[in-house]
Amino acid sequence: MTNDQLKQFIKNYTTEVEFVDNPYSLECIVNTVHFYNLARVLKESDSTAFDFLYCVTGIDLQDSLGVIYHLESTKLQHKLILKVFASDIDNPEIPSVFDLWDCAELQEREVFDFFGIRFLKHPDLRRIFMEEDWEGYPLRKNYVDTVNIIDLIK
Amino acid sequence: MEDILLKNKLDKEQEYFINMGPQHPSTHGVLRLLVNLQGETVKDLKPYCGYIHRGIEKMCERYTYSQIIHLTDRLDYMSAHINNEAVCLLVENALQIEVSDRVKYIRTIIDELTRIASHQLWWAAAGMDLGALTTFFYGLRDREKILDIFEETCGGRLLVSYNCPGGLMYDIHPNFQKKVKEFLIYFKKKLPEYDQLLSGNVIFVQRMKNVGLLTKEKAISFGVTGPSGRASGFSSDIRKKEPYSAYGNVKFKEILREEGDSLARYKCRIDEMWESMNIIEQLIDNIPDGSYFTKMKPIIKLPEGEYYQRVEACRGEFGVYISSKGEKNPYRVKFRSPNFFNLSALDHMSRNQKIADLVAIMSSLDLVIPDIDR
Repeated sequence: MTNDQLKQFIKNYTTEVEFVDNPYSLECIVNTVHFYNLARVLKESDSTAFDFLYCVTGIDLQDSLGVIYHLESTKLQHKLILKVFASDIDNPEIPSVFDLWDCAELQEREVFDFFGIRFLKHPDLRRIFMEEDWEGYPLRKNYVDTVNIIDLIK
Repeated sequence: MEDILLKNKLDKEQEYFINMGPQHPSTHGVLRLLVNLQGETVKDLKPYCGYIHRGIEKMCERYTYSQIIHLTDRLDYMSAHINNEAVCLLVENALQIEVSDRVKYIRTIIDELTRIASHQLWWAAAGMDLGALTTFFYGLRDREKILDIFEETCGGRLLVSYNCPGGLMYDIHPNFQKKVKEFLIYFKKKLPEYDQLLSGNVIFVQRMKNVGLLTKEKAISFGVTGPSGRASGFSSDIRKKEPYSAYGNVKFKEILREEGDSLARYKCRIDEMWESMNIIEQLIDNIPDGSYFTKMKPIIKLPEGEYYQRVEACRGEFGVYISSKGEKNPYRVKFRSPNFFNLSALDHMSRNQKIADLVAIMSSLDLVIPDIDR
């Protein structure tokens, strides 16, 4: 599918989306309500068939916390970047996609560990790299690094 | 007598946990697996990571783009040069800088030498994990030749840091082409020895065959790329899909197998060494003249936006995501490390296998732990 066809496909499903033209691939921003169902349709529909989730990135935009999913179809060779933002910073919640792509389970644990985004219905949401009693979420922009581990350059 | 029978029955039903690692030799680093066993059979396992977590992604937010490159070495140290290249390509594409053909050719040759060196160490360790100590000496003996070439040209042996945005740190050493050609002649004689020693060995084949099966659908779903994914028939070679550097100018075939077991992953890597030598042969005599460096501004600032660059590292697809706000340091950096994705399939692959086979599966996946923990 070309980018325009993909846009049309997503618009047919839900109109509450925003598109950004990125030279790398089409970018689609969706809200948390429609996110899970859109992801399911994109994966299971034969005309899109996004079966390969190759990167899951958490990001802190200071007014919201988000997750970026890089998707590719191994059959149809097209790509899509799916972005979802949780605006409630104190209690960010995003539906988990662990049942659509198997790799998402560990990837979402990493995002939870660093950003504190809770993935709803995730089977095993624990910290993965930091210790279990670690306070705060290190990759957030307002994280205070009291022991000065990271701020070596200053 | 009945008591003994009852006890045996209970033993068979009873499940128990053991910790494999973080100091277990077959994990090749500090990875801990909590294995749920029933008798000798693995029911499931949970990986515990983070023993070597250094917060590289957070550090990158404070560093400049030229400094970040030297942190990527420390992810998958066996494909240090390829990781460097990913960041350099991203910066060059974002600033629309065209590097000379000379740079592209040299980068590709060193990429492939890195791949051979990595697979040699993997082969050495894979044999050792299953009890064949000889392979370790054979593998390291041949890898030394490549490290000597790196030392002469790049200055470093393991973490080469030879790439920089805009080209290379220095031009190649005058001996480079001669030494590489000598190595190819040498290694073409030695690689069949690898097959003689291990590939046809009955004990080795029986330990690897039909162990740790991974279907194509599951490989895609778990994001298992590189030789491990290609052994399951998942065509995931970035060198073919999105050619970078000089990969568009060379002819090579993507090694694909259908079986998806540990032996297929083993054979994939052996065949990739042949294919890497094939690529180097096509390039080594044709390195064009030109500058090894394109002059850049002293302080690199990427235009505001988001960038993604993928390259084919030794263990799979390595990706860099950078979000920039137009400053001299990035807003957010994410490394898509192939090993973390490959690790997620380990639980699925080792279920209902024997605990001894878990070692074979892990050595066929070729995990590098600093790349998982980042």
